[in-house]
Amino acid sequence: MTVHDTAFSRRSILKVGAGLAIGVYIARGGKALAQTPPAAADVNIAPNTFLIIKPDDTVTVLCKHIEFGQGPFTGMATLVAEELDADWSQMRADHAPSNPVLYKNLLFGVQGTGGSSAIANSYEQMRKVGAAARAMLVSAAADEWKVPASEITVENGVIKHRSGKEGRFGAFAEKAMRQPVPADPKLKDPSTFKLIGKEGVVKRLDSAIKSNGSAQYTLDINDPDTLTALIARSPRFGGTVASFDAAAALAVPGVVDVKQVPNGVAVYAKGFWPAKTARDLLKITWNDSKAESRGTPQLLTEFRTLSKAPGKTVKQEGDVDAAIAKGGRLVEAEYVFPYLAHAPMEPLNAFMKWEGDTASARFGSQFPTPDHAAIAKVLGIGIDKVHLQTILAGGSFGRRAQQSTHVALELAEVVKAAGPGKPVKLVWTREDDMRGGYYRPFGIHRMRGVVRDGKIEAWSDTIVGQSIMKGSAFEAITFKDGLDSTAYEGSHDIPYEVPNFKCDLHQVDVGIPVLWWRSVGHTHTGYAVEAFVDELLQAAGQDPVEGRLAMMGKSPRHAGVLNAVAALADWKGAKIQSGRARGVAVVESFGTYVAQVVELSMGEEGPIVHQVWCAVDCGVAVNPDIIRAQMEGGIGFGLGHILYAEQTVDEGRPVAGNFDAYRSLRINEMPKIDVTIVASTEKPTGVGEPGVPPIGPAVANAMAKLGLARPRQLPIVQGAST
Amino acid sequence: MAAFTLKINSQNHQVDVDPNTPLLWAIRDNVGLTGTKYGCGVAQCGACTVYVDGQTVRSCSLPVSAIGRKEITTIEGLNSKEGAAVQKAWVALDVPQCGYCQSGQIMSAAALLGLNPKPTDRDIDLAMNGNICRCAAYVRIRAAIHGAAKSLEG
Repeated sequence: MTVHDTAFSRRSILKVGAGLAIGVYIARGGKALAQTPPAAADVNIAPNTFLIIKPDDTVTVLCKHIEFGQGPFTGMATLVAEELDADWSQMRADHAPSNPVLYKNLLFGVQGTGGSSAIANSYEQMRKVGAAARAMLVSAAADEWKVPASEITVENGVIKHRSGKEGRFGAFAEKAMRQPVPADPKLKDPSTFKLIGKEGVVKRLDSAIKSNGSAQYTLDINDPDTLTALIARSPRFGGTVASFDAAAALAVPGVVDVKQVPNGVAVYAKGFWPAKTARDLLKITWNDSKAESRGTPQLLTEFRTLSKAPGKTVKQEGDVDAAIAKGGRLVEAEYVFPYLAHAPMEPLNAFMKWEGDTASARFGSQFPTPDHAAIAKVLGIGIDKVHLQTILAGGSFGRRAQQSTHVALELAEVVKAAGPGKPVKLVWTREDDMRGGYYRPFGIHRMRGVVRDGKIEAWSDTIVGQSIMKGSAFEAITFKDGLDSTAYEGSHDIPYEVPNFKCDLHQVDVGIPVLWWRSVGHTHTGYAVEAFVDELLQAAGQDPVEGRLAMMGKSPRHAGVLNAVAALADWKGAKIQSGRARGVAVVESFGTYVAQVVELSMGEEGPIVHQVWCAVDCGVAVNPDIIRAQMEGGIGFGLGHILYAEQTVDEGRPVAGNFDAYRSLRINEMPKIDVTIVASTEKPTGVGEPGVPPIGPAVANAMAKLGLARPRQLPIVQGAST
Repeated sequence: MAAFTLKINSQNHQVDVDPNTPLLWAIRDNVGLTGTKYGCGVAQCGACTVYVDGQTVRSCSLPVSAIGRKEITTIEGLNSKEGAAVQKAWVALDVPQCGYCQSGQIMSAAALLGLNPKPTDRDIDLAMNGNICRCAAYVRIRAAIHGAAKSLEG
C-alpha cells in the first residue's frame, strides 16, 4: 500500500456532499459561503475541506494530521503554498475535523497520524489541492479581466496579467469558488520549487502562539460550566472495582459527583484541585482476580528462558548452526529492553459535551476515525451526530494514537455517566499517565554471531517480546504468519550482507498494555542490530564505518547516510583522545535513513555525550529546518531514554509515577548536534521518528571504544532518578 | 474554602478555594489564564513556572495561602525587555515543537537574562535544567537564549 495506489480523487479531495463544490472553501468574515447550503449531515461530517481563502488574503490549510510538534501544520501549508504560488506570510494552518473520507491518511485508509507518514502520504495530495486552487483563482481572474487564462501568472500571492492588471487572492476567492474544479491539476517541476526544500523561506506557523502562552491545548479548554473529571483506576493492570466508598470525596467543596465507570471511579468537580483532592479520599476495594500479577523481574526470568530456544522463524538464509559449528570466533549478547512510558509533557486528556442526541468532542486525537466511532458507540448515537475536532497536543510520541481508543472510550463513558448537558474535561495526572500502561514493550534480543577470517559469517537474533498490534484493527495489516511484524522490524532486514542469517521471535502475552512508542520496533531492534554489528566488527578488527560499508552492497541509502555522517564528523576511526571516544550507528525506519556519530566521555554516573553528528536521507526534503529540528529532538528523546528511563512493574503495579523516578533528559545533558540532509529526489518520507533509533547504539558503541562493555541491559544508568 | 485576592499581571483576582490549592490551579481554573501549564505537579518539570515578586517559582507546588499580596507574573503578563527578547528569539529560531513546556522555558529564560545578561552555556545549564522539554528542543532553547542576550546588548 503506497501513496501512489490512491489516485487523486475529486470527490475525496476537493468535493464533498452532493454537488457542493467546496474544494476551495471561501469564507467571508469567518462565515462560509457555498453555492448551496450544506445538508445538516454534511455540516457535522464535512464542514469544509483543505483550504480556506479569506477576503483578507489569508490562506488557511486544514491539516488532516495532528500537530504535536513534528510540524505538519507547516509541512501541509508548504505543499499547498508551493503549488498555489502563495506568499508564505499569508499562510495559516488549523486542524481539520474528523472525517474518515475527506481527511483519511492515504497510507492508512482512515484519518490518523503515525508511522512518520504525514508528509509521505500528503505530498502529492496537498500539492494538487494548491494547484487546483491556483487554477481556479486564475480562471476567476481571467473571467473578470476578460483575458485568456494562459496569459495570467501568479507569484508570491499576486495574480497578474501582462496588461498590468493584478490582484490578490482574497479579491478573487469568491469568484474562484464558482469555477470548475480541475480534475487533475498540473504540478510544478521540482526544479522550479520556491518553498519546498528551500532554506530560510518557510518558518513554522505555530511558533508565535507557542511562545506567548496563547496556544490552546485540551487542558486549556474552559467552556462555561465545564467539570473536571479524574478517574481512580486500578493500581494493577486488569483490576476492577469491587466496591467503593465516596462519602469523604463527596464532602470536598467543589465536588459535584462521583460515579463508577467501566475502568474505575470517576470524580467530577469544578476544577482540577478539588477533583484530585477528592479522588485521593476515595476508598476503593479492587478485585484483582483477573489482574496481571507478574512484575518485570518475573518477566525477565521468563523471557530469558524463552530466548535460549529458537522462536518462530521470521527469516532464515544459509545455515547459522552449521556456520557456528565450522568454528571461528563466536560472539554472544543478550540485550534487555525495559518498558518505557511516552510521558508527553501534556498528560492525556479529552473534552466532550453530550446533549443526549448529539455530542461535540475536542482533544488531541491522533486517530480521529476510530476515536470518533468509539465515542458514538458508547453514547449510542450515530457517528454523524458526533463532532470530533482534533486540537494541538503537548507531545505524544505515539501515546495519543490508540488502536484500543481507550481514552475516547473513557471520555464517552465519563460523559455518559455524568449525564447529558454537562461539558466534561477528563484529565489524567502525570502519575495516571506514567502508570497508565501502553508502554514500549519490555523485551529481549539474544544475539549470536560468528567472525571468521575477519568476516561476519553468521548472525542470529532471537527476540522475545509482546505484540503491540494483537487484537487491534491493525493486526490484519501488521501481522505476517501469526507474528507482529512491528516486534521484529529492523531485525529481519538488516542492511548487512551476512551469508548465514536467522531471525526468530517468541511472541508472549502479558497483561500489561503496550503501544507504539516513537519509532516502534526500531526502538529495540535498532539497538540490538547496531550494537551487535559493532561488536562483531570489533572482533573482526574492522573500523566501525569501513566495516559497515563493506557489507552494505545492497543497501545504498544506508551507505549514503553513513558516508555523509562520516564526512560531517570527519570520522578517522573511533578516535580516542582525552578520555573521549566515538561510536556510530545507522538505522532505517519508515523509509528514512539516519546515521549518527556520537562523541562521549564517561562521567561519574554514566556517559556524557558531548556531540552528535547526524545524516538523514528522507527523500525530497520538504522543510529542511523542521527535518533538522526533528533530528535534534529525536536524538535528545532517544538519548534520555537510553540513558535513564525505565518503567518497572511490581506484581502487576507500575512503579515510576513522575519525572523524579522516570528521569528525563535535561538541557545540561543535551549534546551539541550537527545535522546534514542528504540530497535526494526519492519520494519524501517522514522524520518524526527516525532520529530516535541510532542514538542508543551509537552511545553503546562509543562506550565500547573506551574499554567498557556495550550495555546489555537498558537503561544504561540503572536506577537513575533525579 | 477561603477567599484570596491574587494580584496577577497587575490585576487583582478574587478566588474562593481550598487554601492548599496550588497557585497553578488557581491561575488556570479559577482565574482562567491557561498559558501556565501542568506537567508534573511535583516541581520536577518547570512547565508551571511563574514569577512571584519577580522570582521564578513552580506554581504547582506553592499553595495559594502562601502568596499573600505578592505579585504574580504569568506568561500572559511577561512584559520585561528580557521577556520580549526571549519570545522574539524563540520565534526566530522556531524553538517550539509541541510547545507545551515553552511558557515555563520562556519564563525561566527571561528571568536568567534579567539576572545575567550574558550567560555562558554553563549558566544556561544551571538556570534551565529545571525545565523539562520532552521534545528535547534544548539545542534551540540554548541558541535562542544566546540570541536574545545578543539582541539585548545593543
